[in-house]
Amino acid sequence: MAILRIIIIFFLFQVKSYSLIEVDITRGNLNPLPIAVSPLATDKDSKKKFENEVKIDDLGAEISKVVENNLMTSGLFNPLPKDSFLQEPDIAHFKPRFEDWKLIKAQALITGKVEYINEKLRVEFRMWDVLAAKEIMALAFTTVPSNWRRVGHIITDKVYERLTGEKGYFDTRIIYVAEEGPKTQRIKKLAIMDQDGFNTKYLTLGNELVLTPRFNPTNQMVTYLSYFRNLPRVYLLDIETGIQEVVGDFPGMTFAPRFSPDGKKIIMSFATGGNSDIYTMDLENRVVERITNHPSIDTSPSYSPDGKYICFNSDRSGYQQIYIMNSDGSNVKRISFGRGLYGTPVWSPRGDLIAFTKLHSGKFYIGVMRTDGKGERLLTENFYQEAPSWSPNGRVLVFYRETKTDEKGEGFSAKLWSIDLTGYNERQVPTKTDASDPSWSSLLSN
Amino acid sequence: MTKNIIISSGLHLIILLIATLSLPFLGKKPISLPPIVSVELIQITDKTNIPFAPKAKKIIEKVKKKEKERLVSEQAPPKKVKKEKPDAVPLPDKKIEKVKKIEKKKQNPVKEDTEVKQVSEFEKDEIFDTNKIAALIDKSKQELAETTKKTNKITQSDDINMTNNTLTLSEEDALKAQIFGCWSIPLGLPYNENLLVRIKLQLKPDGTVVKSEILDHARMNKPGQGFYKVLAESALRAVRLCQPLRVPSTGYERWKDLQLNFDAKEMLQG
Repeated sequence: MAILRIIIIFFLFQVKSYSLIEVDITRGNLNPLPIAVSPLATDKDSKKKFENEVKIDDLGAEISKVVENNLMTSGLFNPLPKDSFLQEPDIAHFKPRFEDWKLIKAQALITGKVEYINEKLRVEFRMWDVLAAKEIMALAFTTVPSNWRRVGHIITDKVYERLTGEKGYFDTRIIYVAEEGPKTQRIKKLAIMDQDGFNTKYLTLGNELVLTPRFNPTNQMVTYLSYFRNLPRVYLLDIETGIQEVVGDFPGMTFAPRFSPDGKKIIMSFATGGNSDIYTMDLENRVVERITNHPSIDTSPSYSPDGKYICFNSDRSGYQQIYIMNSDGSNVKRISFGRGLYGTPVWSPRGDLIAFTKLHSGKFYIGVMRTDGKGERLLTENFYQEAPSWSPNGRVLVFYRETKTDEKGEGFSAKLWSIDLTGYNERQVPTKTDASDPSWSSLLSN
Repeated sequence: MTKNIIISSGLHLIILLIATLSLPFLGKKPISLPPIVSVELIQITDKTNIPFAPKAKKIIEKVKKKEKERLVSEQAPPKKVKKEKPDAVPLPDKKIEKVKKIEKKKQNPVKEDTEVKQVSEFEKDEIFDTNKIAALIDKSKQELAETTKKTNKITQSDDINMTNNTLTLSEEDALKAQIFGCWSIPLGLPYNENLLVRIKLQLKPDGTVVKSEILDHARMNKPGQGFYKVLAESALRAVRLCQPLRVPSTGYERWKDLQLNFDAKEMLQG
């Protein structure tokens, strides 16, 4: 009887079970993330003081514009128009009404406030996940008021890192050759500016021709090529002091200089008797070391981020191609095998890719390939463009492009352009004059 | 003597005759059986989702309306402001002084040591109880193992108890299409890494999310896996943005717990 009861109970309570349903999501959209950058709130007293000191009406709003512009140019974010915002900046910074921000389709929100404290600018900002209705980051910075643009760049770097998972590249500078005048009588000066084109400063007067400036890892020194008595020579320039010196006393031409990743050496090409090879010079003891020894033209050397390898271009195969070798010059391997000529190879700061200029069928391309030469991708094509330089996070390239200014093909203009690794986000980098030979610094605030 | 030889050879012949007639199968090749092909039987009703009778339809719609009304009122919670206030920025003055001292040396803006607390929900979990997370992961593994066991070896009793534990193709497609549109994949991810985020959801009958849980939570704290947090957050954002999810109108018990496996690799490798 008891057994019968148990059996009845068993059948009565037997419930249907379900295994967990799994759904694979392998696609998404690559649309820029909608983000709302609320103007940073400023109290009345601070507003007046900033107006007196930096001659800016609403510093909070200006800083938010810097952030907004940076995010937009990255191509990964879509800053929403400010006139659609429903909440006042000061209240939004205290506690956002997430329903209002959801209404305008914002997925992330940046709020902040700006204060004048003890003659210093203090900026506080927070980032909110609108859909989760939560704060995800909050930081504050203090600096001299004249540094307000940098605060905007640093905020962008923090936002970028939090939302993309990789370091930003906004608090950086670009050094380039500023060009003025007709093509036959071009005046070329070294110039430095913020990555967004602001705060341009000229480092040389334009008396001598200057080319290929490159930062050292601390961003304090620049190495570049300049003509002295009609002979191209590699120079070193201290940006802070303005002191410059010739690197080494070579009997022939030296060119295409670049720092080693530790900043202790300069690697460059040295040409004599129609042959050009790659050399390094130790900046402490000035010892020169020959790296390549081949009767071909070896030039444009660039170290890998760990300093173990060097990529360069050479015409030893009959055509200009890209090669890599160990940093002592051993184990030389050709890595480019595509049609056309390859030049100006630059190793990515991430170490995974090499950027290059390619000339094929009368057109110039900026492209990237893996360090074994595989996976070549051409990012942009034009009439004339070259000299790519990596952003410090290895995601964006800056290069220069020459264009004809009229239909007859006469006139000429050179401008800086940037393109990201997707190849879709191509933008002109604003410069005051014509510009060429850009070099991107590492992050200033590390 | 000759007689004996004749008898002997005759007997041998008889034996040979019997052997050749009675053992012919020895010469034949073994029968080759065709390979077994398993065929999955699926009820057509599951695939086509034939509309139900008009009377039943009306009743279900009425019930749905009621549910919706009820859910709307539930979805307007009072603002939970006070609890988050302690996490907010107002920073101790002493720390600001410290920062200023450093500034005198450098002209660069200096990041203050803020007492900012991470507020994303999985971070909170991490801070409070790491063992709990480990348990969750183990649990998820167990669950996975169980599900694979169940799907691989279905006993007769299981077969009776488990009714249709998958979504139909059209149901799955509808859900996928909805989430594809909501998921903004962060482009900065390293495409040579494992980019799989598994999220377990608990759903209401109308498809709104009651609870979401990242199954590989511990991965966020591993060195070199910082991108995983960003990826996981983007997946969670997609779920929140999409809700209510396009779930089937029937069979709530079947899909009230759902696992979404977000994998960005295919997209980023292009």
